[in-house]
Amino acid sequence: MKLENFLSDLSMFTDRDERMEFLIDIASRFKEVPSEIAERPFKKENKVPACESDAYVWLKDNKLYFAVENPQGISAKALAVILDENFSGTDDIKNIPESLVDTVFGSTISMGKGEGLRGMVRLAKNLG
Amino acid sequence: MNTALKISEYACPDVVVSTDWLSQNLNNPKIRIIESNEDQLLYSSGHIPGAIEIDWAKDLNDQFSRDYIQSDAFSSLLSRLGVSNDSTVILYGDKNNWWACYTFWVFKLFGHEDVRILDGGRLKWVSEGREITKEKPKLSETKYVAKIRDDKTYRAFRDEVLLVSKNRGQLVDVRSPEEFSGERLHMEGYPNEGALRGGHVPNAKSMPWARAVDTKTGCFLPASELKALYVEGLELDPKKPTIAYCRIGERSSHTWFVLHYLLGFEDVKNYDGSWTEWGNSVGYPIER
Repeated sequence: MKLENFLSDLSMFTDRDERMEFLIDIASRFKEVPSEIAERPFKKENKVPACESDAYVWLKDNKLYFAVENPQGISAKALAVILDENFSGTDDIKNIPESLVDTVFGSTISMGKGEGLRGMVRLAKNLG
Repeated sequence: MNTALKISEYACPDVVVSTDWLSQNLNNPKIRIIESNEDQLLYSSGHIPGAIEIDWAKDLNDQFSRDYIQSDAFSSLLSRLGVSNDSTVILYGDKNNWWACYTFWVFKLFGHEDVRILDGGRLKWVSEGREITKEKPKLSETKYVAKIRDDKTYRAFRDEVLLVSKNRGQLVDVRSPEEFSGERLHMEGYPNEGALRGGHVPNAKSMPWARAVDTKTGCFLPASELKALYVEGLELDPKKPTIAYCRIGERSSHTWFVLHYLLGFEDVKNYDGSWTEWGNSVGYPIER
């Protein structure tokens, strides 16, 4: 239900620039995984394969946590916030739709960027 | 090595600018700064003051044919972005200027004379703590007139590549070693841009594109190190025609830039059909 509301909000942004601003604003809410959950060096099992933003995902007590090591990994941070805000505390983590990445970032996202972000979704689902 | 000294040693030192130089020229009215990124959110999240954005997928590619836009569309794009025919265009972006070099190549297809790359791109500018802004510049529309797109000087097509391959000419495959060997059909993380067959164009030599860059700083390597890679390492002759290719022609535009402008190779072309065309073509030879 949360996700439906979010996607409904997102769909209101038909202008590319406004949509980007909306996603950048989301990324600004990104909070890195707290030290009580994980500390550097992070474990390989939490690393998202093929993500050039060096993203990591954890799940504890049904809450998702993320780290994005590339300071320019702004899309990865936006997706982390979207996943946390819409799926943490729900029973749907293992059912996160992989199509979410294309729905949020659009079909013109590059193959590399898209695959890295889809990798974040896949890892979150596998942990769920 | 001092950046200005390093740039002065390139074959065409006029096509690379340092972050220091750009800082001193931010208010130069002749300059238009353009950011080209892979990550579509980066420009809007903050950019070099005065910079405008060209999106490689949305702005430069024809949406109904596997080709680039024609000169009328390029003229409209640059007019809308306030670029004049005599503007000095400074390109920069993420991913070691990968996409900036791609945009540079397209600018050259349309004959824009003064285009330059910011050494180190976005990574270096930001890591040096230089100013970025979210404010988009106010653009005054110009009347840019692009030349007819030149598909002969810097662009190679499949049958020319076949001829060069048969004649054992100079071909550089800039993909990863695993793609070159055929072990992998696509770049790691890029599965949808694959091909039916893996391997490389017969007689091509392997040099992954990012070897030309110091990945910590995003800067191009000094000329002497580039020479060691391409001239001494791959035994390429700068006087002989050379064609670079990758998967869809974007990584190879970076190598094209390095060979032609930094090392002074006289005749370099980018085969933008690249492996997604060659590896899917019926009857074209493959080497593993």
